[in-house]
Amino acid sequence: MRVNFTVNGRPQQADDVWEGESLLYVLRERMGLPGSKNACEQGECGSCTVRLDGAPVCACLVAAGQAEGREVVTVEGLAEFAERRGAAASGGATIASGGTEQTSGTGLDEARRRQPRPGGSAPLAPVQQAFIDAGAVQCGFCTPGLLVAADELLERHPDPSDADIREALSGNLCRCTGYEKILDAVRLAAARTREEG
Amino acid sequence: MGAGPTPGRITQTSSATRGAIGESTLRPDGTLKVTGEFAYSSDLWHEDMLWGFTLRSPYAHAEIRSIDTAEALAVPGVHAVMTHDDLPAATHYGLEIHDQPVLAEGRVRYHGEAVAIVAADHPETARRAAARIKVVYAELPPVVDEATATAPDAPVLHPGRADHHASHVPHPNIVHRQPVRRGDVVAARARADVVVRRDYEVGMQDQAFLGPESGLAVPAEDGGVDLYIATQWLHVDRDQLAPVLGLPADKVRLTLSGVGGAFGAREDLSMQAHACLLALRTGRPVKIVYNRYESFFGHVHRHPAKLTYEHGATRDGQLLYVQCRIVLDGGAYASSSPAVVGNAASLAIGPYVVDNVDVEAIALYSNNPPCGAMRGFGAVQACFAYEAQMDAVAQELGLDPVEFRQRNAMSQGAVMPTGQVVDSPAPVAELLRRVKAMPMPPERPGVPPDGVWGRLAADRSTDVRALPGGLSNTTHGEGVVRGVGYAVGIKNVGFSEGFDDYSTARIRLEVINGEPVALVHTAMAEVGQGGVTVHAQIARTELGVGQVTIHPADTQVGSAGSTSASRQTYMTGGAVKHTCEAVREEVLRRGRERFGSCHPAWATAGLLLEGGKVVTDGGEVIGDLAEIVGDEPVELELEFRHRPTEPFDLETGQGFGHVQYSFCAHRAVVEVDIELGLVKVIELAAAQDVGKALNPLSVVGQIQGGSTQGLGLAVMEEIVVSEGARVRNPSFTDYLIPTILDTPTIPVDVLELADDNAPYGLRGVGEAPTLSSTPAVVAAVRAATGLPLKRVPIRPEHLTGC
Ligand code: FES
Ligand code: FES
Repeated sequence: MRVNFTVNGRPQQADDVWEGESLLYVLRERMGLPGSKNACEQGECGSCTVRLDGAPVCACLVAAGQAEGREVVTVEGLAEFAERRGAAASGGATIASGGTEQTSGTGLDEARRRQPRPGGSAPLAPVQQAFIDAGAVQCGFCTPGLLVAADELLERHPDPSDADIREALSGNLCRCTGYEKILDAVRLAAARTREEG
Repeated sequence: MGAGPTPGRITQTSSATRGAIGESTLRPDGTLKVTGEFAYSSDLWHEDMLWGFTLRSPYAHAEIRSIDTAEALAVPGVHAVMTHDDLPAATHYGLEIHDQPVLAEGRVRYHGEAVAIVAADHPETARRAAARIKVVYAELPPVVDEATATAPDAPVLHPGRADHHASHVPHPNIVHRQPVRRGDVVAARARADVVVRRDYEVGMQDQAFLGPESGLAVPAEDGGVDLYIATQWLHVDRDQLAPVLGLPADKVRLTLSGVGGAFGAREDLSMQAHACLLALRTGRPVKIVYNRYESFFGHVHRHPAKLTYEHGATRDGQLLYVQCRIVLDGGAYASSSPAVVGNAASLAIGPYVVDNVDVEAIALYSNNPPCGAMRGFGAVQACFAYEAQMDAVAQELGLDPVEFRQRNAMSQGAVMPTGQVVDSPAPVAELLRRVKAMPMPPERPGVPPDGVWGRLAADRSTDVRALPGGLSNTTHGEGVVRGVGYAVGIKNVGFSEGFDDYSTARIRLEVINGEPVALVHTAMAEVGQGGVTVHAQIARTELGVGQVTIHPADTQVGSAGSTSASRQTYMTGGAVKHTCEAVREEVLRRGRERFGSCHPAWATAGLLLEGGKVVTDGGEVIGDLAEIVGDEPVELELEFRHRPTEPFDLETGQGFGHVQYSFCAHRAVVEVDIELGLVKVIELAAAQDVGKALNPLSVVGQIQGGSTQGLGLAVMEEIVVSEGARVRNPSFTDYLIPTILDTPTIPVDVLELADDNAPYGLRGVGEAPTLSSTPAVVAAVRAATGLPLKRVPIRPEHLTGC
């Protein structure tokens, strides 16, 4: 089958998709976007977290066909996504906070206005830079999923408590860091974003 | 290689990432990892590639009567199906003992053993084809423990063993046995005022790295193969692969691709041989990526253990003797069991001075999953038992458990049970003091200071997320008790027992765009630990350059040894330092030759390279590095060895077996819901001596990560092997590792007491924190509940008595 969807602001088409393929497989193996990771492929580790119409989901649990006509943001598009959000915020535009869906962040219209930037030259999203600076990256396999989840948390909740951070990231396993520096990174990203905003 | 992404060079050029040793320099691969561009082994791609899949045994012990692959081969899209009969050359491999079949031959010895492999154009096609391979098995009774392994009619798992341990083991189902004897235990027992003897058990822990086993094998035009692979030791993989493929070693070229954690599980081959065999058979690149289910079958685990310990002490708290027996279950194949036995035996007593010691450690062959290397390597199991014993003896004596440990703690100059003198700092008492002195986490509002439970039913002010059970909302504080526990451990660093442990570095100093640049080429596997960061720091420090490029690790340079045993900063870091020093000498020699006659400072000793200049130790600049190097780069490749060790005597265990020891202490604070048997670790504080922190940020990260794995073993992690030796929980749904909700704050106190024998005085960091965190958490749960708790992981039923 054919799947039409938008990935990181760019309309995409995937052909010859077998009905059982996950969104994760299509992103990684057909779209050439291996940033979302395949650590369990059973919805347990969060390494494959992407945003589907703004909501963080495990891409390994989404059938590719379910993405038809929808908007996907992966770690590869996170910097640009955050930049757009920042621009919209400083320009006074409101970002839809997802209506009744607490987990949803950037609104569809906003997401549709996004254009891909050639060469992925957007500066890093605050949460990406904070992960580097805080030493929250070791092997890094958990990092893409954590970044997508943490970015969504900060969008929804710019000043989260530690308990909020833990709750929001509890679906993302990390085997290397012991999480302490991940907490540091999210706090750092929140503080920097507040300062800038 | 063709169209696929390969690991790029990791270059540090921006000033933000500059840094010498001792600074918290940021990772050179950090940006790639946060943008999703870093190519892990499961991300590799080639336009013509096929996907490999492994058919595995559903039985733990069975005879293979027949295998029929015809139907699988007929599936459209399938390019090859291979069984044992299709192997071109050597049929077995192994790290030390070559007992592991590439594909099962006549018999399977564990649940999940590889029986056949398939290559197809889509991973699902490969899986479906594998399901059509018809294998007829005749199940055999499994060997599952010491009793069934050594029973008179026990099936011998490896008949006709010819390895060098075979001659000294008491039974062919015992891989290796190592006693350690010192002093006179019988006489000491007669003098003991207090004797405590208990049995302990440690479940089978899994490394559970996140990046699945994966790689891409590409057949080369010269008949060889290029393998892009996530591993811990490229050269030892190559040396096992070449005979299996029937190729000379130089035609088997390995390049490290991005590694998503390792923790010991990538020491043994997993899919390497299978991918290469399929690639050579089909003439097409073959990628294999294990899913999580397969990953649990595809690598070795931590040895489960049964331990019996007896401690004797005087009334005033001096340890007189320790007698213990440690039975490690090595599973179906040897892997690194012999070395694990050596570690368990030689470190069995812990970081204490005991004159009279009688230790025996063995590893079994069984039909359980193969066990081998995991962070802590044989020292973890022993630490759980000896630390429980230290608490138990202290309790018998009415002494504070920390005080009792401090009275018996070893220090520099102490004699190990192996007779080895500890010749560098061993601040065991100090680490305990530090961890005890750290501020306690605040009492939770509502918990009375004496921790008495049952008074809090009405308290609704507590955030349930902070309580055992968390968001499950199982308690508001009623039935919750708090406890505090301590532990300390000792781990060896580097390879032991006479192993020729070395690493290699190639350093090239050249001028690019007028700037001196150092290129560091080693075969060290960066598995997430941050070795690449430290290598750049060392090169900057030794060569005084700002720019360092880290070459991808591959087999085109000499071996770096394994990224294990906490040895890479010591060994490959040592090799980078050593080689940089030689490069520096060459630069200075050239400078002397060219400018010596006109500048007297060249003749003096004590010249340094700093900031791209040659300077005197007085700070005078006497030359420009770029000018001296010019267009003639300096390039050297050298090996670095640590001081030699020697094997342990097979009967007494005496010998200078370990090159260096590392020490870590923990304090755990837990809360337990004693009605439901739920444990919440409130805080896990650590103090560790690292000799010299080359990168403090990474050091703390390693200590926190290692501590968390130990916490996992204490309260949740176990591979459950049930009746018939079958694995029951090969998934992240059922094998639980700590989430961010299970992991508390981990404050870390880092001590830096130099080991004069090591580069920069450093001490390996990665493993020691995994040892003591498990017994510290369990001690805290004991303190909270008063239960003896002799097994990890602790399960709710151990706490509720159900
Ligand atoms: S890969 Fe999707 S949750 Fe683990
Ligand atoms: S950094 Fe390795 S899994 Fe998180």
